[in-house]
Amino acid sequence: MANFDQELDASGLNCPLPILRAKKTLAGLQSGQVLRIVATDPGSVKDFEAFSKQTGNPLLESGEEGGKFVFLIKKA
Amino acid sequence: MSKKLAIIATKGTLDWAYPPFILASTAAALGYDVEVFFTFYGLQLVKKDLDLKVSPLGNPGMPMPMGMDKWFPVMGTAIPGMETVMTSMMKSKMKAKGVASIEELRELCQEAGVRFVACQMTVDLFDMEPSQFIDELEFGGAATFFEFAGESDICLYI
Repeated sequence: MANFDQELDASGLNCPLPILRAKKTLAGLQSGQVLRIVATDPGSVKDFEAFSKQTGNPLLESGEEGGKFVFLIKKA
Repeated sequence: MSKKLAIIATKGTLDWAYPPFILASTAAALGYDVEVFFTFYGLQLVKKDLDLKVSPLGNPGMPMPMGMDKWFPVMGTAIPGMETVMTSMMKSKMKAKGVASIEELRELCQEAGVRFVACQMTVDLFDMEPSQFIDELEFGGAATFFEFAGESDICLYI
């Protein structure tokens, strides 16, 4: 896993909370910084892809770790 | 130029409260400009103190525990107290599964800049007091709604 500047644990939260929390957290980051998100909602995989495409914040990585879904999003 | 989403919320039960708030908050998170117009029973969703219920009566296809939806007679769903029981069961299920509460979703919408407009006509119709509603609420009529809806990319009737 690459470096990240902040981590958001969205475990146990279901749609649309992972996206909403991510948006809020990203707003607090500087451009270029990376947010690592951990989620248990399987729907979040597609959701973060869509979020990244729609908002223009690149999704650097999307994978699984320890039974949870992990995403790396860079603030544009 | 961001895309616009207009939603008319016309229902006031717990199960019908989710679609407008989930769609509005998610669209806002994706960069949409969102306005929700609450009319008729949708006004229940913008009261300060939310007391939303869900009823199995009149809700065909509603999944129920113990396969009740297959054998429980419709007459049974009209028994006094059933609505309260069903509502608490649904709320516990939502909590257990990490689903946001309506209060939380509504707050997230407002934080994300979603505009809430209440239908003045139905407020008057049902003799409701403006003080019963949340503060961040505009009051308007159908024409107000069309001003935004006419420019919207997506318009939903819920």
